[in-house]
Amino acid sequence: MIQAINEAMRQEMERDERVIVLGEDVGKNGGVFRATDGLLEQFGDCRVFDTPLAESGIIGTSIGLAVNGFRPIAEIQFLGFVYQAMDQLAAQAARLRFRSAGRFTCPIVVRSPYGGGVRTPELHSDALEALFAHSPGLKIVMPSNAFDAKGLLITAIRDEDPVLFLEPMKLYRALRMEVPNEPYEIPLGKARIVKEGEDVTIISWGATVPLVAKLAEEMTTQGIDAEVIDLRSLQPLDIDAIVRSVEKTGRVMIVHEAVKTNGFGAEIAALISERALFSLSAPIVRVTGYDTPYPVPSVEDEWLPNAARIVEGVQTLMRY
Amino acid sequence: MTISIDHLIWMYETMYKIRYYEDKMAEAYAEGKNPVFNIGAGPVPGEMHLATGQEPAAVGICVHLKKEDTVTSPHRPHHHAIAKGVNLNRMTAEIFGKVTGLGKGKGGHMHLFDPDVKFSCGGIVGAGIPHALGAALAAKKKGTDWVAVAFIGEGAANQGAFHESLNMAALWNLPLIVVIENNQYGISVPKSASTSVPSNDIRAVAYGIKGYYVKDNDPIEMYNVSKEAVERARKGEGPSIIEIETYRYLGHFQGDPEVYRDKNEVALLREKDPIVRMRQFLMKEHGIEEQRLIELENKARQEVEAAYQFARESDYPEPEDALKDLFV
Repeated sequence: MIQAINEAMRQEMERDERVIVLGEDVGKNGGVFRATDGLLEQFGDCRVFDTPLAESGIIGTSIGLAVNGFRPIAEIQFLGFVYQAMDQLAAQAARLRFRSAGRFTCPIVVRSPYGGGVRTPELHSDALEALFAHSPGLKIVMPSNAFDAKGLLITAIRDEDPVLFLEPMKLYRALRMEVPNEPYEIPLGKARIVKEGEDVTIISWGATVPLVAKLAEEMTTQGIDAEVIDLRSLQPLDIDAIVRSVEKTGRVMIVHEAVKTNGFGAEIAALISERALFSLSAPIVRVTGYDTPYPVPSVEDEWLPNAARIVEGVQTLMRY
Repeated sequence: MTISIDHLIWMYETMYKIRYYEDKMAEAYAEGKNPVFNIGAGPVPGEMHLATGQEPAAVGICVHLKKEDTVTSPHRPHHHAIAKGVNLNRMTAEIFGKVTGLGKGKGGHMHLFDPDVKFSCGGIVGAGIPHALGAALAAKKKGTDWVAVAFIGEGAANQGAFHESLNMAALWNLPLIVVIENNQYGISVPKSASTSVPSNDIRAVAYGIKGYYVKDNDPIEMYNVSKEAVERARKGEGPSIIEIETYRYLGHFQGDPEVYRDKNEVALLREKDPIVRMRQFLMKEHGIEEQRLIELENKARQEVEAAYQFARESDYPEPEDALKDLFV
């Protein structure tokens, strides 16, 4: 996935000289996860530059650059660091088009690794998408594989609005897949049906999708035919794909890494109750992180949604 | 330093226009809000932060700016907007929440956006500094001589965004000028109780940049130091901080009971009003006929009156407009 992300930025920078990259250690170091590897050498320090440790300043100056004709890609080194920039993201970038009635726009992409599973401590493992889903004006994209990451990032860079692009840290190098060499776009707000099925709908996004997909395949041997939906983006949200699936299966599980209370799963559950309540034959099950800060490495495999909790949840649903 | 008569005249008439504009706004804002103060009543509901008394800061630097130069401004933005040349009719309509406003009435008095003169403002103290920084960075990357000016109050100089932005501006040698209007109070807290240094120009040393201090709300001195700061920025000689000792005659917001200051304080400040001083200066030192000044004043008043009339006669947006313009 990290190569796909790198290639998306490289190709967009080749196509559009307004695209520039800034952040902590994105230059010579090529990013702490090497997402920006080689970009400084290819495009020079006018278009790829290191910033001081100043998240608020990184997003704030990106806003100024965007208003003045550039298309900045800002890297926040770990998503937990974004708290430093909450004002600039949620109160400034997100609202610029709205409060100026479209006279000022803010086409920036904020890339950030998120999520756990690699034994990093809290603030280096956090899944904070719900904070931003509660901040109107931001688009939120969370790819689950290399192919999607490239296409979605290219779309995000070409988008006229601020996009938060959250990259699952543990998937950066976990799975290899063929990715086309040429640039391509994947539209935002279009979910991917990972696996079709009749019995239960499992909705997930980003880091947890590969595990859910694997378990869904395994469950077929037990006679459970699960449908797996990868949302790809939370804003815009493909609610129609969710409703279609729920109307078919009548059983819903939502899986995300973020803490449970007020997580984005709660919003999906509410939307399902608004749009498809009478299609449900069982209470909606959520398998999520627990309501604590991200835990220490010795318990993170239990804290994160894992195979045991997901399988148990599906079995509960199937009893209805 | 000699100042061209055109510049002096422009500064005077712009200060006069700002003062008249703010006085009119105070009246319009008060409509419907008495005898019991009701912030939601009248033709201009919501908060209102007026800049009466702070005119020298705005005109002293904006006289050196061109259309392509960026200005960001905080929650008290009218004087900066007028001095930067924001469309007065559309600005006033915006404050009245009308569909003809700069942002179709959706932004209100703290969110005035005019891309034609590269002006923006916002209600979060210090939040506009990095936006100006980004504009300065863009100007440099494009190879222009454009500059960016961030107006802030002295309270914002204690925000993280101030330090982050000035460090980056100095590091990258950007054409950024931060103008600190020290109006003595952050709402109610005097500067001595909020700020570790006697004046913020001293903080320039921390970034290795130029710092200037303008005493006693003096438009001429503001003109002089701003000229140097803007010229240096245009020539690629880097950022500056300018702190001007200025005064707000009114409360932090209209309706502020001002329990934090002596009632005589403002009366004493008004005795040395910069607009009155400038008027006398133009007549005594430059031999400008009073009749000419009266004509300028009449013209400024007419322009302001026309803007208020435009705003009052414009339509309100439709309710469903409130849901638009979130995304492209």
